[in-house]
Amino acid sequence: MSLTADKAVKRPDGRTRVDRRQWTRLLAAASSGMRGRIGLALTAMVVLAAALGPFLAPYSPTQFVTTPFAKPSAEHLLGGDDIGRDVLSRVLAGGWVLLVMAVAATVIGLLLGTLAGVCAAYLRGRWDGLIMRSVDIILAFPTVVFALLLVSVIGPKLWLIVVAVGVSHAPQVARVMRAATLEISERDFVKAVELWGIRSWTVMRSEVLPNLSSPLMVELGLRLTYSIVIISGLSFLGFSQPPPAPNWGLMINENLLGLAANPWGVVAPAVLIALLTIGTNTFTDAVGRLAIGVGRGNEEAAAGGGVAGAVMLGELQQFPLDDTVVEDPEATESREPTVD
Amino acid sequence: MAEIALEGASVSSRRWRDDHPILWLTLTRALFGVITLLAVSVIVFAATTVLPGNAAKAILGQTATPARVRALQLELHLDHSVWYRYWAWLTGVLHGDFGISYAARIPAWQVVGPRLANSAVLVLLAGVIGTIIGVGLGALAAVRRGGRGDDVLAVVSLGVTSLPEFVVGIGLVIVFATTFFHVLPAVSLVPPGSSAWQNPSVLVLPVATLVIVIVPYILRMTRAATIEALESDYLESARLKGLSPRRLLLVHALPNAIPPVVQVIGLNLLYLAGGIVVVETLFAFPGIGQGLVNAVDDRDVPVIQLTVLLLAAFYVFVNIVSDVVSLLASPRRRLPRS
Repeated sequence: MSLTADKAVKRPDGRTRVDRRQWTRLLAAASSGMRGRIGLALTAMVVLAAALGPFLAPYSPTQFVTTPFAKPSAEHLLGGDDIGRDVLSRVLAGGWVLLVMAVAATVIGLLLGTLAGVCAAYLRGRWDGLIMRSVDIILAFPTVVFALLLVSVIGPKLWLIVVAVGVSHAPQVARVMRAATLEISERDFVKAVELWGIRSWTVMRSEVLPNLSSPLMVELGLRLTYSIVIISGLSFLGFSQPPPAPNWGLMINENLLGLAANPWGVVAPAVLIALLTIGTNTFTDAVGRLAIGVGRGNEEAAAGGGVAGAVMLGELQQFPLDDTVVEDPEATESREPTVD
Repeated sequence: MAEIALEGASVSSRRWRDDHPILWLTLTRALFGVITLLAVSVIVFAATTVLPGNAAKAILGQTATPARVRALQLELHLDHSVWYRYWAWLTGVLHGDFGISYAARIPAWQVVGPRLANSAVLVLLAGVIGTIIGVGLGALAAVRRGGRGDDVLAVVSLGVTSLPEFVVGIGLVIVFATTFFHVLPAVSLVPPGSSAWQNPSVLVLPVATLVIVIVPYILRMTRAATIEALESDYLESARLKGLSPRRLLLVHALPNAIPPVVQVIGLNLLYLAGGIVVVETLFAFPGIGQGLVNAVDDRDVPVIQLTVLLLAAFYVFVNIVSDVVSLLASPRRRLPRS
């Protein structure tokens, strides 16, 4: 928490340029704090269970080895599911697909959103308005509904759910990245490089993009948490892997009727999903706090910054339209093109 | 938002806009809302009728006979151009004709209507109760900031904001319906013909689930906005004047926290529009969310289109209302600019 942390938090408020490995410093600093450690430990635990689980499962996840909703016993530690399969084996085997899908959806959302946001901020003027307004239209669809709309057309394909969730992340990511790009391209070091007559694309790549890493880290964490929530929700609704595949969301749906007889079929996958999302969200919270300087003597700024601080912390980021909170007519006007 | 689109407005209209900021905002937001809805209608129409090479085949499934596919193609006007079909569909929608539900064989509106009433009850109750609890706890946490209660609330709300709705709902079912207590129904069975409103016990767990999910956001925003107001200069002078803490909070601090809190309440209502899909399915609650899931299972295109359009219209409406309300609550911006 000493040297590394100092360097990691200097950038957001300091006006100095920092080196490219800033994001690794930020992560290191975040994982040395209390919140960061808890978040990391929870996430690592569930990821390990999901990744190694398929090899540790005592039975085949799809074979009928006991009676429906059998109580936990020495042979079947978590009992049986709705048609007599081993709950423990299904839990161990049923997480990795969810994880892969959530990571893929997050990556798609970050790529699309960063592309749109950085382009909008860089092109400004007419293009800015056009890009941001068209991205905003996606916000009119709640993520689950957007995914269901596509599923109703093409069918419950895994890639389709990943794309749908990724695309619906794009507006929020675009807003955050656009605001961050605008802020950084107004800094003196970027202006100076521009004055040298270096091509705008090169300025973008070598000066602006490296400095977007801490908002990007926070967005990554938020979008990952949200992806896990949405994708496990869609699996719960029955729109992910088809039965008999083991899948945490689907398991909850299948075993809901036997909640009174053998609750483990529902409780075990639900608890794992909960630990995972609490883990990723807590770690993101630690990163977000470092990125805006909470816990480093900047609490007042964060608390006093109120809305802006809250937005940076990502309290609102899970919902659409977050920037309207900090948007007012004056701000809207002042961000209209000033530099050509 | 729409200011950018209307950049070329003449000088006289600019002055008009400065004289009537609220009307101007409402009108521009309404215009942008209409554009959004049109864009949504294009996406909904395109997604459900154009994308899959053969919509009729997609609806009937892989096993359909060519004759049935042909008959459905005629029924859906698939022999006409895309533009003609979109125009026919859109004019129908604007006249309240959303098509015939493929599954129920009655007008889609009659399938969705009763469900809409149930969902409205659910969302309204969750919104009102969640707002009261969230604002109350948030203001309390702001006043006692740094205290033990504040810390506990911060940790609990960070944990709860991470949880998927169905995990919260399952937790409630286990505690109150199946395992520990047996006081509430685990499944929200509403007899056909009656509404959720007439069966209050089925509402308790779904509403409680949604309340638990939205309260942390409202709480954190109220806390942040109230602290900002409490630590401002004007409040310091009011405090030095000797006003009571209660008066400071209720009369001077909270009113200034209204605009951001209204925005976050709006965001939570919008969240609820999506959140009801999972929660209604979990509790088998007969609302439009569960209806949408059923319709997707049945590939019931008119019901899907109608539901998605309703949710988009709700989004536009909530946005306009929360923008106007937060403007009304900020006197500085509400007055004409000199």
